Amino acid sequence: MTTTQTQLFQTEKEELISGSEAIAIACALADVDVITAYPIRPYDTVMQYVSKLKADGAFDCDFIVAESEHSQFEIVKHASAVGARTFCGSSGVGWFYAMEAITVTAGLRLPVVAMVGNRALDDPGAFGVEHNDALAVRDLGWMLYWVATAQEALDTALLAWKIAEDPRVFLPFAVSCDGSFLTHSQAIVRVPDNKKVRQFLPNYNRGKLQLHPDNPITVAPQVNEDWLMEIRRQTNEAMLRATQVIPEAYDEFKQVFGRGDPSPWIEEFMTEDAEIVLVGMGTLAMPVRVAIRRLREQGKKVGFLRVKFFRPFATEEIRNALSHCKAVGVIDRDYSYGSPSFGGVLFNDLRAALYPLQRHPLMLSFIAGLGGREVMVRDVNQVVDMCQKAIDTGKIEQENTWIAVRE
Amino acid sequence: MTSVQDLPQVRGVKNIPVEEYFTSGHRTCQGCESALVMRLMVKAAGQRTIVLGSTGCMYVANTTYYSTPWVVPWMHTQLGSSGSAATGTAAALASMMRKGKMKQEPINVIAFCGDGGGVDMGLSAISAALQHDEYNLLIICYDNESYANTDIQVSGSSPWGANSTFSPPGKVHRIMNKRWKKNTAPMLAAGHPDCKYVATTCASYGLDFTNKIRRALTIGGPTFVHCFDPCPKGWDYDPKYSHELGMLGIETGLWVLYEIVNGELVLNGPSRTIAKGIRQRKPVEEYLMRQGRFAHMTKEDIKFFQEKVDESWEKWWIPGLIPFGEKEEA
Repeated sequence: MTTTQTQLFQTEKEELISGSEAIAIACALADVDVITAYPIRPYDTVMQYVSKLKADGAFDCDFIVAESEHSQFEIVKHASAVGARTFCGSSGVGWFYAMEAITVTAGLRLPVVAMVGNRALDDPGAFGVEHNDALAVRDLGWMLYWVATAQEALDTALLAWKIAEDPRVFLPFAVSCDGSFLTHSQAIVRVPDNKKVRQFLPNYNRGKLQLHPDNPITVAPQVNEDWLMEIRRQTNEAMLRATQVIPEAYDEFKQVFGRGDPSPWIEEFMTEDAEIVLVGMGTLAMPVRVAIRRLREQGKKVGFLRVKFFRPFATEEIRNALSHCKAVGVIDRDYSYGSPSFGGVLFNDLRAALYPLQRHPLMLSFIAGLGGREVMVRDVNQVVDMCQKAIDTGKIEQENTWIAVRE
Repeated sequence: MTSVQDLPQVRGVKNIPVEEYFTSGHRTCQGCESALVMRLMVKAAGQRTIVLGSTGCMYVANTTYYSTPWVVPWMHTQLGSSGSAATGTAAALASMMRKGKMKQEPINVIAFCGDGGGVDMGLSAISAALQHDEYNLLIICYDNESYANTDIQVSGSSPWGANSTFSPPGKVHRIMNKRWKKNTAPMLAAGHPDCKYVATTCASYGLDFTNKIRRALTIGGPTFVHCFDPCPKGWDYDPKYSHELGMLGIETGLWVLYEIVNGELVLNGPSRTIAKGIRQRKPVEEYLMRQGRFAHMTKEDIKFFQEKVDESWEKWWIPGLIPFGEKEEA
């Protein structure tokens, strides 16, 4: 089998690009076959870059502008079943419009890679980031990853195809990028050369599941109560296998490209001796790190843990990282009306993960930065103060607090 | 654009291929005309074909896990996704063949939908698919005039006045479905000038059906075929009359057989002879009163129905197709 290969990225180089552009370049490097687009802010910048790359002949793909997000995700779902490498994406209510197609993609075990440009759900309208759009698929069999930098966006996209298309996994992968803060913000990104990418990411091979006249299978018949539970179990097992495939893929990434994060699951910042550990996802990391550095200068033992994979959830790694601190402040950029303690989605998953531990840290939930509202250093200080108060008094006065909100 | 297969027109019933690609293993109702549509469709298309099936009775009744009637590769798609399924499959084949990731060969891509999936929910995706003239694909709508898989509920393609579980005749409202059947195929033909082939057909006319499928698959680009399917369960009649009711629907002028090839309209079969004045349309009462779904209709209802059909033949710009004309200058 021959492969077409982009002529554009023959040598590794550094570029000043946005998170969206980084993922568009990853599409070219990965030689994606079918890409579908539909406009909605802020994710759609990725498709603007993809269409320009195609128009300029930088890579060869079938780029289809669908008539709705539902069709957008259905088209790549079917292309993936035939054996094509695929990419699409959406934001906010667009992601929800596609939800039927999104859920069957996981049910069919198709390794579609999608970018979610996190955006507040309507109504009322807001373009800014909230994580509730992507989080809606947390129970459906999608792998779900939050990136924090443009570099991580490019690298994670390449890893996404690698992991999703592994026959042991065959599950779709959503690369979540905070709207504006990541999709539209430029940073220096090391763009790998296409030969190395080819070495890391060979063609997608659907094997015996490929829909083709040479392999006349029937896909997704009606199974009813006879078989559905076994098939759900298989998807669960695939997600379990992903927890092994993911570290393997990260190791190979390091071997091929000579760089990479120490852990695929979490990023720890000054957590080693921390009494208070803040937890969050995505670009929230930036103001939190700044605040923590300043608090450390004042002698406060504070650290930050960034959750990268939300699904599969890094239960063990997170338990290990949080078992020694006195208080955990989870900053959710999402909401979960009526949930336990009225906490955020990340908070409640995290608290559930820590429950079997002998010794629990005090756990406080914070909701911040909704609709793209900036999380400031002073907001982080407030979170730390409340955690400190809980440690000092030995009790949690308020389990959930909305930060920087008009009362 | 990828090339198309060599599928010549069939001259005479005896020359229809003997190979079956839709065989035993399904559990459709006795007298199911839509099952015949499936069978004739893949018979006409042959083995190098991928079939995508929207949710509906031709999904649920045909493919029960551990058995399948499909000899060709078959995949389920969502209710409103026949257009997207065809587009995604054709795009993947085109892309991978062009890039050398798959052996070059023409493969037929057929997506089917019922009237619920095509005329109602999937209309926008079908419309989008018909705009992609770089992909060879066929979307076939098997129209049994109701959501026949979910207990028979009215769709936008159900006839006026038909009894269904969402339009039962009651003590106060005798006629619950007051919508006239949507004029789908002409709408798609008129709305997509680059679509080379739109046709209507009925499995009561097997040769007409077979040749229309073949023309749709060989003309190049996206195509649409709308099929009129009597349904014993939904229409409430003895299963042995399926073929006869299909013919009656056309002979009364309710359903018009035609094809639009590269922008040129040709009426076929009885519709052609009716339009030429060679044969008279039968009264719609002969068709309506054979079916339980119209049993509640009064003489006035039948008269109204007849007048609507007359209007479509006598007043429409193109009989049975285009329901408006140019206003004459005063």
